[in-house]
Amino acid sequence: MSVENSRELGLFRVLRDDHSQDPAVSVPDAVVLRAYREMRRLRILDAKMILLQRQGRVGFYGACTGQEAVPIGTALALEADDWVYPALREQSVMLVRGFPLTQFIAQVFGNSGDVQKGRQMPSHHSGRSVNQVSWSSNIGPQIMQAVGTAWAMKLQKKSSIAVGFMGDGATSQGDFHSAMNFAGVFKTPCVLICQNNHWSISVPTAKQTASATIAIKGLAYAVPSCRVDGNDLLAVYAAVKEAADDARAGKGTTFIECLTYRIGAHSTSDDPSRYRTDEEVESWKRKDPVDRLRNHLVHRGLLDDAKDAALEAELTDEVNEAVKVAEAFPAPSRESLFDDVYQELPWFLQEQKEELRRAPPAPSHGG
Amino acid sequence: MTQMNMVQAITDALRLEMRRDPRVVVLGEDVGKVGGVFRVTQGLYDEFGEDRVIDTPLSEGGIIGAAIGMALYGLVPVPEIQFSDFIFPAYDQIVSELAKMRYRSGGEYVSKLVIRTPVGGGIRGGLYHSQSPESLFIHVSGLKVVCPSTPEDAKGLLLSAIRDPDPVLFFEPKRIYRASKGDVPEGDYTVPIGKARIAREGDDVTVLAWGAMLYEAMAAAEQASEQGVEAEIVDLRTLWPVDIDTIVESVKKTGRVVVVHEAPRTCGFGAELVSLVTERAFLHLEAPPVRVTGFDTPFPYTLEMDYLPLAHRILPALLETAKF
Repeated sequence: MSVENSRELGLFRVLRDDHSQDPAVSVPDAVVLRAYREMRRLRILDAKMILLQRQGRVGFYGACTGQEAVPIGTALALEADDWVYPALREQSVMLVRGFPLTQFIAQVFGNSGDVQKGRQMPSHHSGRSVNQVSWSSNIGPQIMQAVGTAWAMKLQKKSSIAVGFMGDGATSQGDFHSAMNFAGVFKTPCVLICQNNHWSISVPTAKQTASATIAIKGLAYAVPSCRVDGNDLLAVYAAVKEAADDARAGKGTTFIECLTYRIGAHSTSDDPSRYRTDEEVESWKRKDPVDRLRNHLVHRGLLDDAKDAALEAELTDEVNEAVKVAEAFPAPSRESLFDDVYQELPWFLQEQKEELRRAPPAPSHGG
Repeated sequence: MTQMNMVQAITDALRLEMRRDPRVVVLGEDVGKVGGVFRVTQGLYDEFGEDRVIDTPLSEGGIIGAAIGMALYGLVPVPEIQFSDFIFPAYDQIVSELAKMRYRSGGEYVSKLVIRTPVGGGIRGGLYHSQSPESLFIHVSGLKVVCPSTPEDAKGLLLSAIRDPDPVLFFEPKRIYRASKGDVPEGDYTVPIGKARIAREGDDVTVLAWGAMLYEAMAAAEQASEQGVEAEIVDLRTLWPVDIDTIVESVKKTGRVVVVHEAPRTCGFGAELVSLVTERAFLHLEAPPVRVTGFDTPFPYTLEMDYLPLAHRILPALLETAKF
């Protein structure tokens, strides 16, 4: 194999331009249908959340639009006992793995329906019921923690694995290199996935790294690595499944670079017109992962326009209904501010809780 | 009871807890075959094997990040940071992740681990083997911070720390690793986190100290006694949450307080202790609170004995405060 066609420098694709697929890869009908449903729901959810943010009903949101194939394809390739450490654009993995949509949206509202009790800003979800840990906005720490969890699984002789996500910007952080190094040395049962969406807020990948690809960095750590078309659901699913099987079989960590593109802004606080061209965005819209999967399903005889329209109506209703339920939860109680710092409330927090109890009501935001 | 130094007492605690609880793992730089650069983990590799006493790559952020991930999955990691001066590459993992894990998950996730790390100066270690960064961790909500001064407390506090439901920073005063010797109970016992110890009783002035500086305060107190001043010395043992009741009770008795610590003065833990005492015992105070501390300079090499708040600097503070 030439260097150019290597797993680290080449691009693994399954979906073809004529909507057929590489016959060497087999993904069952049930998986592609479920994936399409989840990707459609996520796109509707993201659009709804951004609308709510524009209306001032939620404070912030980081959408996954244009990148849905990576979290959804990954989620479907995992087992229930596996653990997931997402970055900003993979919160939806937990939805695929059974976390209730209303609780997910309650996190965005930060109210008492949120398992995190309103402690974190939107798009920093976690859920113990589905083994998903929150990322932190600092970028990178979760990669090392994913390796640590995988290491614990190995030490306890479990067959589970841990998945750690990151963006292209995170590969510049020390935590990325520590994590790859520990993963290589200790052969932890882990799948590390970089969503290279070409932009870390306003900084292009070319300014994050001079390496030919991100995947090639894995070679230096003796971590098997590959580069995958991140807008190709079948490719993502197949690559993650193989990596997960390898991890379970004791072959250690695989690093997967998924090539994709952030169609929207970095977050609701960002204006991408300041740093990139419409032409670039349009060129990626033509490779939209939802469109590509839809065309494949039609080609495969699993979907037609009527079914697709019915699905869209059903999912829109589901999201709207969940928003209605989630938004109705009251804010967390004032006293809950002091819970969960420690298991027991120490004397100084007891005093401060009393202090807050005596304080007049706080002004509202912007008030 | 067995005579031990602090190193032996800490090793004893680790061995005991690793035998008792199979979830406990030790990891860090050089903690395996060589038993740590201070030999605190000596013998553990031979007894428990490389899966529970793990030599890691040289990456403090990696060690703590991995330990957090292990703890989330149910292990009880006791990572060692070789010198507390080296802890800063892991500061993000400790401050942004470890300390906030329970809070940010609404109580769903707890990363329960104990970070052991040698602290303090007086060993000719210069800038990067001597510092006392405790206040940088006390200031972070969600951590507990412990610093023993005797072998008996070191063993009992470490056993408490490993069994505690919250993450604990366990600072080991390396200047007295081998110099402090004492009777240590055999077998299992704990010293509670959050309880100070009256190391010396006296009516004239209260001294708050911990770690290696406790012995300097004790030496200064004996000299002060020859001049008719009886100091009461409180060995804090747990820095956070500090034993506020014992401190306030002592200050109300003596009306005077001197705080001793190795760390630089400005925003050091002494500043918080003086504030706490002033807020709670203002009308009992008969003299301004005094801090005898390291200076607001980087930790020096050649002049370290001038930098440290040793007995020769504590004694005048005791006498002046008592006679104010």
